[in-house]
Amino acid sequence: MSLLKEPDHGTPAREGAATVELTVDGIPVAVPPGTSVMRAAKLAGVDIPKLCATDSLEAFGSCRLCLVQIDGARGTPASCTTPVAPGMVVHTQTDKLAKLRRGVMELYISDHPLDCLTCSANGDCELQDMAGVTGLREVRYGSGVDAGANHMDAPKDTSNPYFDFDASKCIVCSRCVRACDEIQGTLALTIEGRGFDSKVAAGAGVPFFESDCVSCGACVQACPTATLQEKSVVELGMPTRSVVTTCAYCGVGCSFKAELRGDELVRMVPYKDGGANEGHSCVKGRFAFGYATHPDRVLTPRVRESFTDPWREVSWEEAISFVARRLREIQAEHGTGSIGAITSSRTTNEEVYAVQKMVRAVFGNNNVDTCARVCHSPTGYGLKQTFGTSAGTQDFKSVAKADVILLIGANPTDAHPVFASRMKRRLRQGAKLIVVDPRRIDLVRSPHVEAAHHLALRPGTNVAVVNAMAHVVVAEGLVDREFVAERCEGFAEWEEFISRPEHSPEAVEDITGVPAEELRAAARLYATAGNAAIYYGLGVTEHSQGSTMVMGMANLAMATGNIGRDGVGVNPLRGQNNVQGSCDMGSFPHELPGYRHVAEDDVRGIYEELWGTPILPEPGLRIPNMFDAALDGSFRGLFVQGEDIAQSDPNTQHVHAALAALDLLVVQDLFENETAKFAHVLLPGTSFLEKDGTFTNAERRINRVRPVMAPRTGKHEWQIVCEIAQAMGYPMHYDSAARIMDEIALTTPTFAGVSFDLLDRVGSVQWPCHDEAPEGTPIMHVDGFVRGKGRFVETTYVPTRERSTRRFPLILTTGRILTQYNVGAQTRRTANVAWHPEDVLELHPHDAEERGISDGDMVVLSSRVGRTTLRAVLSDRMPVGVCYTTFHHPVTGANVVTTENSDWATNCPEYKVTAVQVALAPEQAAVREELTARPVPAAGE
Amino acid sequence: MDATPPHVRLANDIAAQFAHKPLDEAARQVAAHIRSFWEPRMRSALVAHLAAGGAGLDPVARRAAEELRSASVR
Repeated sequence: MSLLKEPDHGTPAREGAATVELTVDGIPVAVPPGTSVMRAAKLAGVDIPKLCATDSLEAFGSCRLCLVQIDGARGTPASCTTPVAPGMVVHTQTDKLAKLRRGVMELYISDHPLDCLTCSANGDCELQDMAGVTGLREVRYGSGVDAGANHMDAPKDTSNPYFDFDASKCIVCSRCVRACDEIQGTLALTIEGRGFDSKVAAGAGVPFFESDCVSCGACVQACPTATLQEKSVVELGMPTRSVVTTCAYCGVGCSFKAELRGDELVRMVPYKDGGANEGHSCVKGRFAFGYATHPDRVLTPRVRESFTDPWREVSWEEAISFVARRLREIQAEHGTGSIGAITSSRTTNEEVYAVQKMVRAVFGNNNVDTCARVCHSPTGYGLKQTFGTSAGTQDFKSVAKADVILLIGANPTDAHPVFASRMKRRLRQGAKLIVVDPRRIDLVRSPHVEAAHHLALRPGTNVAVVNAMAHVVVAEGLVDREFVAERCEGFAEWEEFISRPEHSPEAVEDITGVPAEELRAAARLYATAGNAAIYYGLGVTEHSQGSTMVMGMANLAMATGNIGRDGVGVNPLRGQNNVQGSCDMGSFPHELPGYRHVAEDDVRGIYEELWGTPILPEPGLRIPNMFDAALDGSFRGLFVQGEDIAQSDPNTQHVHAALAALDLLVVQDLFENETAKFAHVLLPGTSFLEKDGTFTNAERRINRVRPVMAPRTGKHEWQIVCEIAQAMGYPMHYDSAARIMDEIALTTPTFAGVSFDLLDRVGSVQWPCHDEAPEGTPIMHVDGFVRGKGRFVETTYVPTRERSTRRFPLILTTGRILTQYNVGAQTRRTANVAWHPEDVLELHPHDAEERGISDGDMVVLSSRVGRTTLRAVLSDRMPVGVCYTTFHHPVTGANVVTTENSDWATNCPEYKVTAVQVALAPEQAAVREELTARPVPAAGE
Repeated sequence: MDATPPHVRLANDIAAQFAHKPLDEAARQVAAHIRSFWEPRMRSALVAHLAAGGAGLDPVARRAAEELRSASVR
């Protein structure tokens, strides 16, 4: 339920032209075939009473409140399950219907507590509304305990940290069960028992918290009463105002209504008109917002001369003046190129744009990079080389038209849950799934979903697998020759390359560990099943061949003609909320906004004229280069915007040494993070609830981030950057974030015409926006590639240098878990820690047994660069020889063991392949105690 | 920990991707990549490493470094 309601048409829309004409209460209306009478009535402006129907779910026909009369039809059918027919004459308000509906309501109310005034859903309860609409004035059977057998004493399940389940208020409409099935696709809920004993159950007799429930909130959203209710509403009361904004977690970029009482955020409710999520959410976006008001927030600037000194709280003026003075001093002593900045994928486009402008126009160099360096920079390189632009090809909706989905190195049910729900819906409808992943991720086999093929390759062999798939396509005559001839270039050379016998599935079987026949079958399925769509994640990019693999996937899609329409494409699942946007905004050291190289004179000219200062035509330092240069003494000052490089970047010892070598480290963040421990200045940042700007999600959708409350720090982050620039002698000033977007739109062809006004008017747009597509381009490369012809690139498989050895015989790969996010700075400060209080090491039972390790033992994980201690969890979803951990907790610090290896083209770190050894920690109790004693932030409310 | 200087390691990584091409063509592409994506001080370090004997550079990377050196001389 939601305070500020979008229209609910009762049943979902049907596709097609509005060709069926009918009348509802004398009002003519035309709708597509298959539309329900209930929806047609709503479209005609007639509300039919309902309880079990809502337009996010297929009709169910259980509450019997939506009965109607239809001329020529017998009885009083349920309008939700009755499809329209041409010439139908529908009556929704008759004496007979009124009596029937009152009778139904009497029965409901006879078994429902009459505590409306003290109920948490008072004023936001559909049962209450329907009692009013049906004119219920008495309950002949009595009510509550007077009505005989009832459910008034049904137990309350408060086990979930975020919502309660009060069974006494349940009307068994099944909306929660259907939401879990149809929207989320977890199928965790069920109706247990028959008849009067029917009740909602989360699994087999276990509380919600112990069930398969993933706390996405879809059931809470669907519940028409107070049965499933947010704890925050129970505690605080109903919100009184609402602001539509965008989630700050993963790259799906869900739209939410932030619902408040005054300035206090009560709940986040997924927004039905949000293009990315269409009313769905996950546990992070829906519930894990408590970090924004956590007591750990830094709200006052801090300064110190050395990072070993204690902090001194100072005014904004003093902090900004200190930063500006020190940066200029460093440049005076060590040269223009001795300072730089790192932008964040968690900040808005406008904040990122301001930082890169400060670097280029004020610092006078191109030493700006972004945290996409360590995640999706190979996507930028690979898709630009092949298609001509650094972005995914589809909108999220497109997956509903896919016939086969090739999922490579991604675990969307954990990392991109709302998109995973879309994907699972399509798979339940019959689309085929191919999973390429060393681990048996949940999508390989979960309720009503089973992959046709799971290619459990050895870590680091992606390119060999994708080349072998392409080899099969070419060798078995499955190339879409017409598409290739019309739309692509370089095919003949590539065909000769990929046809070589060393690329055959049989030739690479020993390298990849994937049985040749299984790989051939997967390739045939991809090439012949109809619309084939590739979705991928960091399991593709975070390799020494990440860029090669991106190009290999692009080759495969082009060769089979799977580009340029609904249901196909090559789609990165971006890790953070604004990875796409931060890259779009010119955060890379070789590119100005819009992915235009700094060496292009005409592009530089645009900014030089506008900014009134020359721009260097040479690339700047990337993040790993900055660390190397810090250690060789040529790089001395760094501004880090909202990124915890000390925890997230690989080879922690190397990173720490580099940060410690800097003369000035400025960190702008919500919290005193691991990086801030090396900082000289800590500038408080703003949470997404305080920001005013835009995020761009993985489908290139530019969404508004609206300020829900004033900045708790007193300043927007872009204002701070402008003030530093001004203190350094450059006149950088904007009246508002909207004016920054105006400058972006003015100077970046793919953002032409984008403005806050446009976004407020149309909701969101997917770039590129231009004269022919002022409201955006959901699907790219429809009639031609951005670069003209799609380019085939020869993708040689070059094995990583990282090999398992006698000393380090296992391969470690890293990833995420559903309830935590990135370095955990946000989610560790919420009740999500209830699900994932620590990072663990997943290990195959065989590897564990060889080492004398049991489930739950503390183990030492070591590589050639470092070691850490964590708890082992035995799991046969890991292949023998491969282990897995997450990097959400600084206590365990998974990146202590990851190495300096990186993607050849972009220097994206090779997080996914590290040779390691695992050994039982010698003193179990002592190690556990020591780990427990290490300081960690307390969970939020 | 690998003691190879970063510019040598990174140049060799790039060169490995083009190793299937004829040496001159591979070196040309490696040099072009480095020119597009490397900050000048890294390119200078590579050229200086070449001048100091080029220890550890694979043949394609070495030829690419030579191309970068002659371009910078021009």
